[in-house]
Amino acid sequence: MARRRKSSGPGEINAGSMADIAFLLLIFFLVTTTMDTDAGILRQLPPPIPEDQPPPPKVKDRDVYVVLVNSNDQLLVEGEFMEIGDLKEGTKDFLTNPYESENLPQKKLMTRAEAVENIATYKAYVAAEPTNSFYIGELERWEERLTTINLIGDYMELPGSAVISLRNDTETSYDMYIQVQNELTRAINELRDELSVEKFGKKYDELDKSIPEEKEMIIAVRQVYPQRISEAEPNVTEATPE
Amino acid sequence: MSKFISTKQKSTPAVSTASLPDIVFMLLFFFMVTTHMRDKDMMVKNSLPSATEITKMENKAMVDFIFVGAPLDARYGTAPRIQLDDSFATIEDIQLFKEKAKETRDEAEWPLISSSLKVDKDVKMGLVTDIKQELRRIGALKIVYSTNQGLR
Repeated sequence: MARRRKSSGPGEINAGSMADIAFLLLIFFLVTTTMDTDAGILRQLPPPIPEDQPPPPKVKDRDVYVVLVNSNDQLLVEGEFMEIGDLKEGTKDFLTNPYESENLPQKKLMTRAEAVENIATYKAYVAAEPTNSFYIGELERWEERLTTINLIGDYMELPGSAVISLRNDTETSYDMYIQVQNELTRAINELRDELSVEKFGKKYDELDKSIPEEKEMIIAVRQVYPQRISEAEPNVTEATPE
Repeated sequence: MSKFISTKQKSTPAVSTASLPDIVFMLLFFFMVTTHMRDKDMMVKNSLPSATEITKMENKAMVDFIFVGAPLDARYGTAPRIQLDDSFATIEDIQLFKEKAKETRDEAEWPLISSSLKVDKDVKMGLVTDIKQELRRIGALKIVYSTNQGLR
């Protein structure tokens, strides 16, 4: 009799405690995990400067946008006091120079004919001296320019020396420094977005670099509005007087 | 009329809890997917500044974290300290830390490694600049100023 009962199959497992077990697991995960996704402002530091390197050539004043943050978290932009709220517009003016001002970088018109001509020239140079990195670099640069012209037509390019120079004091608060970095990045991102929407009908950060055509678009937008923010060297001249 | 009233007066049946495990499991899976393991004990205060122009880190495995902030435990003083992994460190320790972190990864991935600076917003830039200079010196040039998502 007993045997027959056993062979009739196992009884149903009591699932009443399932909820308790699941709750236990849930609470375990709530305690041991964190929700924060890591995000931030990306920057590439400049490589260290070798000591025997000659001083860099003097850059025109109009090509440098000097942003100073002092120990009281106040901004001095191009020699004038500025509120953080105005920094974005100021940076945009610097990058676009809409009124061809004498104090802002002089933009240069890039045309297809010029790009084609230069590519031909540098190709000849590279063929003659395949190891010369300067010629290879120039060739790549002109090819990028041609890509840009193919996509958006002739454009005004910022001079290669145009740079936003951000300097801070040792007592500047990190919070302020990030705010300034954020405003500078925002100016560039807004300009890039405007251009990208106008030319490609898509925001810059929606362009997908894994698609070849869109990667070219990214290169083109970057060519017009490069992100050149120099986080200046700390002032070593004070520490080591000559 | 009386027919309807009589049914209403009957006591309501108990709420079925049969679907409770399913609901809880759903919650569990949600948390398992959206969160990740807490792998470091914070020893320094770390309330990050907020910014709007932020990029999400695509590859978390390629990021080394450098925490900077005032120690949580007042016994270690109030001056901002650097935390690497689970202990306090000095500027000089960063090199070894980065070298060790490099060795755990494939050589092909080395150019992808970046350093995330998780700096408390009350820290002064002097220490941050020192860390940046050290990272430059040892050739770890990709950095991220880790921030919270701010409102525009």
